[in-house]
Amino acid sequence: MHAHSQALVVVAHGSHLNPDASNPTYAHADTIRDAGAFDEVREAFWKEEPHFREVIRTLESEEIYVVPLFISEGYFTEQVIPRELRLEGWDPERWDSDGTDASQATLEATDVGKRVHYCGPVGTHDAMSDVIVRRAESVTGDSDVGDGFGLAVVGHGTERNENSAKAVEYHANRIRESGRFDEVEALFMDEEPEVDDVTDFFESDDVVVVPLFVADGYHTQEDIPEDVGLTDDYRTGWDVPTTVDDTRIWYAGAVGTEALTADVLLERAADAGADVGAAIDEVRRRTGGTGNGGESESESENERSVTGD
Amino acid sequence: MTDHADSDANADTDANTSTNADLTDALLEHADREPIAFDGFRLEATDDGYAIATPATERTGLSGRDLREALADETDDVHEYASNWRYWQRMGGEGTARRAFLRWCERAPLEDAVESETEGTDDGRSEATRAVPDRYEALAADGLERQWGQLSITTRLADGSAPGERRYDLRHVDDRGADPADLEAHDRPRDARDLTTYDEKGRYRPLKTAPTLVSGWAFTGLSGDDLVDAVEFVYPATVANWHRERRGNLDVDHWLETAERQTGIYDVVDELPREAVEWMAEACCVDSQCLRRREWEYEEGDELSVDGGDGPFPCREPCSLVIAAARKWAILETEEERTWEFELTTSEKNQLEALIDAVAEGRTDEIREADVNRGANRYRARYLRAKRVDGERNLCGVDSSVDSDG
Repeated sequence: MHAHSQALVVVAHGSHLNPDASNPTYAHADTIRDAGAFDEVREAFWKEEPHFREVIRTLESEEIYVVPLFISEGYFTEQVIPRELRLEGWDPERWDSDGTDASQATLEATDVGKRVHYCGPVGTHDAMSDVIVRRAESVTGDSDVGDGFGLAVVGHGTERNENSAKAVEYHANRIRESGRFDEVEALFMDEEPEVDDVTDFFESDDVVVVPLFVADGYHTQEDIPEDVGLTDDYRTGWDVPTTVDDTRIWYAGAVGTEALTADVLLERAADAGADVGAAIDEVRRRTGGTGNGGESESESENERSVTGD
Repeated sequence: MTDHADSDANADTDANTSTNADLTDALLEHADREPIAFDGFRLEATDDGYAIATPATERTGLSGRDLREALADETDDVHEYASNWRYWQRMGGEGTARRAFLRWCERAPLEDAVESETEGTDDGRSEATRAVPDRYEALAADGLERQWGQLSITTRLADGSAPGERRYDLRHVDDRGADPADLEAHDRPRDARDLTTYDEKGRYRPLKTAPTLVSGWAFTGLSGDDLVDAVEFVYPATVANWHRERRGNLDVDHWLETAERQTGIYDVVDELPREAVEWMAEACCVDSQCLRRREWEYEEGDELSVDGGDGPFPCREPCSLVIAAARKWAILETEEERTWEFELTTSEKNQLEALIDAVAEGRTDEIREADVNRGANRYRARYLRAKRVDGERNLCGVDSSVDSDG
């Protein structure tokens, strides 16, 4: 009855302190469950359960696709996750990446003797550019947003490694080249160009600010809103848009909370050889697809409830 | 695998006739390929017709029609043995944790345990398994109940379904006797996630196996697969590790191995002194704090003296909460001990001890507002602070700002 063949594991950071940190992980995993492309879909965490260490043994499938719900290649994707999954013979060289183009590596998880397709993080996949744009559509409630608008893609910066900045610049470049927005800039929390001075970098009257983070938390809900000048005290919240120095700032919150992120997880697995059939189209449809104004209304509602917290 | 309750007796009879025909077809089809030998039931195609056996009966030289008639009598133990075979055949998943867990739920003999009947009995974790007629009697009546941490799982026979079909009810152990109408009903396994996020005081539960699962909900009539999925959401990976333990291949990572593997900000945890690991296990890993049974020790051949607990599912390595706390203790334990001098009455010293105890046992909320006989009463604590702690939060005015880290 069970010819289990392929499983998807979404690996994320999670939190010991914040119960909401894992919400995007669960939401995207549920979207993929409902699309039915995998026999098993499992979430795994560094700080919650099941832990990376024990997730593979919970699966019956023979082919296992592991996709990190992380923004960039770095400490977690190159060291922690492969070590904890016991991927034999892992070396970051296996991804043959210059920081933003890891696709996948096939290795054996030694505790179960199964093949694991270890994929690059969602944050560096080309499809993440679409999610950033989609996030801009959601927060403005306009599925054609672009003309007359600037877009700021915001990253943490170089704190742990330079790849985090590379991912932000990579997507900013791609979206800039698409010509959809009048202006596109990559900004950072702790290095130049800094998000604190966001209005200095744009001439447009309207600027959408999309943090390239997987989940809302301290950085996206406290630091950035205060740094940008949306509010003096994050606890009192802010309006979307908020006018700062004569510029309307449409602050989007973490890009990873956007429903379309589920599509990137699927694309990663498909790139690594998973048979996802029509699931990519199905997930795109369920998560509002492109150009679906009705859906973006409800996304916008979600957004407000997230930022209004 | 439909689960419909037939209201009218004729439909019920028809359904049974048809499902029994399916059962016979499945048996014959299988027996013509290879003999069946399962849970005490045997069926074999011989030159002299079919031979059928249970521990109580043995019949030979049967035609297909004879078999069909024998199976039509649902009170016959042959029917029970045959439908039991059919359920587990439909379930499939030989060798999986899922199948082993579902068999454990109804006290069926485990197919792949290292020493199936005796393994585990020495510590009281495993009771004797039961034969098919005995199981069926219970499954058809109130069902068979098992406890898994704070979960109560009841297995029962599904009415009006395929022969032998089981259904599973999942609740909090505290709700075992509750009227279903008083419990919040759920049917999707993923709903279990939301039930496990907060404790009864609304605080986040970062440790899924903490004994703080809220009650008041029920999953009723789950399929086997959905039951296992729901249990996985409540207590992740416990079924898989329990199964590995049953099969004698639980891969325990002891404290030192786990600590030495850490990098980044957790690189320091392997510096935690040996005796501090004991205190840590006593603080975090006992049954009052976590329902997993600690199987890891300081290192291979060097056991911790703290009791590992009695839960059904094992803990195979220090969890991420223990590692995060160990980092704090590893840093704190680098501090030098010093001799301090404080002026306190005997009762004040006793009160400090009572405060530590109340916090450590999570009892501060239970101490009544006006119960000033308790050292950890809020007014008593405020009085002590007013009398003995100065504006810089120094006990008895003794400055400790030099080298403390909280």
